[in-house]
Amino acid sequence: MISLKDLATEKVTVISGPYGSGKTNVAVNLAMDIAKSGQVCRIADLDIVNPYFRSADNAKMLESLGVQTMIPTFANTNVDIPALPPNYQLLFTGEGRSVADVGGDGDGAAVLGMSHDQYVEAGYKMYFVYNRYRYITSEPEGALEVLEAIKRASGLEFHGIINNSNLGEETNEKIILDAIPYAERLSEIAKLPLLLTTSPDWVELENTVTITDITKKLF
Amino acid sequence: MGEKLLMKGNEAIAEAAIRAGCKLFFGYPITPQTELAEYMAKQMPKRGGLSLQAESEIAAINMVLGTASTGARVITSSSSPGISLKSEGISYIIGSDLPCVIVNVQRGGPGLGGIQPAQSDYNQATKALGHGDGHAIVLAPNSVQEIATLVGEAFDLADIYRMPCMILADGALGQMMEPVDFEAKPAREIPEKDWACNGHGGKRVHNIVNSLYIEPEKLEEIVLERFERYKKLEENEVKYEEYLTEDADIVLVAYGITARIAKTAVRNARKKGIKAGLFRPITLYPYPKKELNELANSAKCFLSVEMNMGQMVNDIKIAIDCKKPVYHYGRTGGMIPSPEDILAKIEELTGGNA
Repeated sequence: MISLKDLATEKVTVISGPYGSGKTNVAVNLAMDIAKSGQVCRIADLDIVNPYFRSADNAKMLESLGVQTMIPTFANTNVDIPALPPNYQLLFTGEGRSVADVGGDGDGAAVLGMSHDQYVEAGYKMYFVYNRYRYITSEPEGALEVLEAIKRASGLEFHGIINNSNLGEETNEKIILDAIPYAERLSEIAKLPLLLTTSPDWVELENTVTITDITKKLF
Repeated sequence: MGEKLLMKGNEAIAEAAIRAGCKLFFGYPITPQTELAEYMAKQMPKRGGLSLQAESEIAAINMVLGTASTGARVITSSSSPGISLKSEGISYIIGSDLPCVIVNVQRGGPGLGGIQPAQSDYNQATKALGHGDGHAIVLAPNSVQEIATLVGEAFDLADIYRMPCMILADGALGQMMEPVDFEAKPAREIPEKDWACNGHGGKRVHNIVNSLYIEPEKLEEIVLERFERYKKLEENEVKYEEYLTEDADIVLVAYGITARIAKTAVRNARKKGIKAGLFRPITLYPYPKKELNELANSAKCFLSVEMNMGQMVNDIKIAIDCKKPVYHYGRTGGMIPSPEDILAKIEELTGGNA
């Protein structure tokens, strides 16, 4: 059975996909998984679009697990500008493994295009996070449009699909199972392998990778 | 029940508007509301509508004034500072008896303030969205699901009462993602828009939409007529939700996202044996005065929980004729209260066991 950390075979693992597919959740879980295996690991919040609900929310928890966090200086403040972390270069030069959490469409992926050559030189794998239950990109064809837009903006290649189909707190076994054929269809039309299907920690399901819901809870 | 999908609050407002038959969006980007405008820009052209990014919020609201005059369903959206800019246009819309929907995804203020969630435009929304004697209906959804039904209701209410209707949300609600099901809202009967300037075709006298009156006697008469309509609205359209209020000693009053946080605090207070309840106004204008007043006969005190400095406190006091003490707990400037903070305030007020 594949685990999340098995995806981090290169220096940089880029987690990308449409808004709301659960990229941040997957990226944070991946970083935790790598750190638990004893490797040096860092996560970069490269979301230049969303003002809140981002991986920066989990900085304290990640640091306590030994994951280095790379967070834009003004994340979660009132500075409403797209900004990158000050230690951005560590993504390519730091020891061990790096995880990049990228805001997800052509606009969000511009941040990848900017550093295209560095990703290629350092070595990277980029994965597309798919959520069958996300409006507009729920159909494989709609998701493929976003996938192509990210490819165009970044100049980078995708290496596989992570099926993270979920309905937030209402996710259950049926929700996950019903989505698998759609993820398979996306894999077929995108000509990319479907690497794994996730399930939240309150659902026990064979052949899925359990991830913890790290979204900031308000109530 | 249709199929459930995950949506951001901002997207759900836009989608619900399109499903309510709104074909026109005029707006200007501002955090934390921008996904709404972006969604409209992407979806309207595909669905037979028009989405236009105006040169300013002022231009956008005046485009709303113009299109609403034709009887078309139209929406604009912004966040706090942008709503202040729209204020003059909103007053003209009220003075012209035009229906439209205005969305405020509130952020911290005053001034440019910040981009984090707030509820500090409560007074502006409920008391004075524009100059002059007048009102706008104000609806405060507390979840992405409730957005899906209330946006359609906002268009219906605006059409029925010929006045603007505001969806008063906040940054948290706009940005958070929740499952939503756009099941059909019960259809309401919408009166024929015989006042609309949509071409008389030589078959009727032309209509005039206007807010300027030459004679003060006439203007007074128009305002009095309008207030008769407000009276009907106050009698028939109040919406609210109650949670564990029946035997409650302390009743929390909260709307929007804060009501969700307060609900958790109430649940935790009950676990500690404190008789707490939650009263959630869904319509902030018209305010559920009568229902709160009845609760004041059994409750010992009220606690207004808001993301502001206590703007709703006076409305509660008026609603309950000051029969019981009304307290306030709030965070402001973009800070969000936690269930623990609220519970601590409940314990402080009840001495731990009410």
